[in-house]
Amino acid sequence: MTFAVITFPGSNCDRDCHHALGAVLGYPVRAVFHKEHALGACDAVVIPGGFSYGDYLRAGALAKLSPIMPEVRKFAEAGGLVIGICNGFQILCEAGLLPGALIRNRSLRFVSRKVMLRVENTRTSFTSQYEPAQLITVPIAHGEGCYVADDRTIEELEAEERVVFRYAGPRREDVPDGNPNGSRNAIAGIINARGNVLGLMPHPERVCDPLVGRTDGASVFRSMAAAVAGLRRADPPAVFVV
Amino acid sequence: MKARVYVTYKPGVLDPQGQTVCQFLQNHGQSKVRDVRIGKLIEFDLEDMPRAEAESLLTEVSSSLLANPVIETFRVEMP
Repeated sequence: MTFAVITFPGSNCDRDCHHALGAVLGYPVRAVFHKEHALGACDAVVIPGGFSYGDYLRAGALAKLSPIMPEVRKFAEAGGLVIGICNGFQILCEAGLLPGALIRNRSLRFVSRKVMLRVENTRTSFTSQYEPAQLITVPIAHGEGCYVADDRTIEELEAEERVVFRYAGPRREDVPDGNPNGSRNAIAGIINARGNVLGLMPHPERVCDPLVGRTDGASVFRSMAAAVAGLRRADPPAVFVV
Repeated sequence: MKARVYVTYKPGVLDPQGQTVCQFLQNHGQSKVRDVRIGKLIEFDLEDMPRAEAESLLTEVSSSLLANPVIETFRVEMP
């Protein structure tokens, strides 16, 4: 199970991802620079957090035009697993690999703290190792994390159980309805229709190493590894086992 | 030739920055201000070319990059 972690100018969570995936979880990790034109041999792609291109124009807007992005698109279209964390989520939305957009937090403040998330769907390639409705604690650190989309998209996401992570208290009042950034329906993370692309604002890679006190995020990457292993076995049907 | 592109949030998309400025103005005695929406103005200096060509160039860069069609609209303006 090899993860490719892409570094854009301004990425600052790429090293965290390398550490969590490699040193902590023991997976081989490939470092891929955004100017490369190939991902190389890998089973999953991680688009890490940070401030690609200084968040100029809009967060993620310029990164979507990097040379590596057509490769990421091809990889996703072929069914490969892609996870975008924080700025990575913004890039995936800008690139059209996920619906909707992330705009300025409703509080207008950069919010950096731990939040509680509810795992809303455990039948995905990113969450199979969680319990249904499990509450996990994961840090957020963003200024543009307010998820918006038109009503139809939101209804579709909910109906198809594509809201994978939702902010779930404890109710600190960053915005009046209690979620940290004002996201519609308190959405923290979504998957695409096919289920192989996940974007989320919280940082699971920051809660993998027991050294930092919690390991709530590790199951995201373990779920991905389990999904890839399941695909490889190609046992009918090609669905992984919880 | 000079040209401008205005990028603004679509109606209905929350603009917390605009809301805050609006509230600030109202709280400071500007009771006639009803609403404030904040957008971007992008100024271009282009090689001389026919107007239609410039318009299509700016429309292309605006729809593919300067504005995110999910949340924003744009308007091209040439003097």
